Amino acid sequence: MSEPQSSFRVEMTINGRAKHATIEARKSLGDFLRDDAGYTGVHLGCEHGVCGACTVIVDGKAVRSCLMLAVQADGCEVTTVEGVAQADGTFHPVQAALREEHALQCGFCTPGIVCTLTALTKGDQKPTEEQMLAAMSGHICRCTGYQGIRRAITRLAAGEAA
Amino acid sequence: MKPAPFDYVAPTTVEDACQVLADAGGGATMLAGGQTLMPLLNLRMSQPFILLDINKIEALKGVSRAQGATRVGPVTRQCEALASAELAAALPVLVEALSHVGHHQTRNRGTIGGSIALGEPAAEMPATAVALGAVIEARSVRGTRQIPAREFYLGPYMNVLEPDELVTAIDYPDWPQGHITLFREVAQRPGDFALVGMVGALALEGGKIARAGIAWFGMGPTPIAAAQAEQALLGQSIDAIDPQAIAELAVADTAPFDDHHASAEYRRTVGRRIFARTLGEALNIRKAA
Repeated sequence: MSEPQSSFRVEMTINGRAKHATIEARKSLGDFLRDDAGYTGVHLGCEHGVCGACTVIVDGKAVRSCLMLAVQADGCEVTTVEGVAQADGTFHPVQAALREEHALQCGFCTPGIVCTLTALTKGDQKPTEEQMLAAMSGHICRCTGYQGIRRAITRLAAGEAA
Repeated sequence: MKPAPFDYVAPTTVEDACQVLADAGGGATMLAGGQTLMPLLNLRMSQPFILLDINKIEALKGVSRAQGATRVGPVTRQCEALASAELAAALPVLVEALSHVGHHQTRNRGTIGGSIALGEPAAEMPATAVALGAVIEARSVRGTRQIPAREFYLGPYMNVLEPDELVTAIDYPDWPQGHITLFREVAQRPGDFALVGMVGALALEGGKIARAGIAWFGMGPTPIAAAQAEQALLGQSIDAIDPQAIAELAVADTAPFDDHHASAEYRRTVGRRIFARTLGEALNIRKAA
């Protein structure tokens, strides 16, 4: 068994591209994605797991990147909001629905919401409107009053992306 | 925000993890799902010398059968347990309680054993373990022991584990097919800790209560078994049970406190009402069947 140590070399796939770095064990995945990998779409809000703004997708599941160490994501596949749209810039249906329904104002919480809804609707998964709304309890938006976000989810559930 | 520096180790076997704990002499903190510990590290309320990550220990994951019990590995993610057909069939109330634990995003990382070992007094998993009569298996280099959930908690976030012990399994004893389940909680928002909550199971034999396991959460410094109510229910015919009277007995075992969310009196009042209503509704459904 390896001994406890304070720095590690990690390697992960972020938005389809391999990234490796030597980092301190105490570095959060959120800090790693922003500071080391340059994905500043990861928005760190409260940094203690309450606001949901920093949510990213790790191995297919939406998780709070402030509550996971970067070293724990070693070998994982990570998707941030930058990796959600198609390569040519065409919006993901989740992004299109949010845009269509004016579901953001300042946009700080939006990358996390995009990641949660993208992970929930990935592949053949057809979450109900209720399931998507329930997942929104993990996100705080201080601008919109949530009505636009709710309408975007209604649109997504009905399968009309844009 | 950054945690204070620590040394990190992620062994892949229980033996290695126990050795790390033994060598650290109390200086190691265990990281399971991290949905409570990581905030404490970020806020520097916890500053361990060694962070022992148990997420790579495959032997601590998954749901299996033990003798007369369903065995849940402590590092089983809450989202996996929530989706487990085996758990839904054997312990429906555990799955119902799980749907109230945190949020979708925190359940994707959070674990069953992490929640049980943490022992937040208002959390669903510790109370469910107490209600269903679960047994917690703990291991160290000194050996393995079995601790009934009812003897596990000492106070808020305090349990009987020694600093060198690791939870290696939670065994939920079998309840007969078709047993009655009880669950109700009152929280200010979905995903918040409950102000008051109750969870339980009742087994029937010939129309009488043969076994009762009920516990409160958010009603004292630890999850609290409604022991007087359980006793009073035993042997009673379901037609003769007075839910109000049982609820009075159940509240008598609690020790709620005042905080900025609610007063102790509010918790007792709401607790009495949700207990009587949940028990009454569950019995009515059974009587009608």
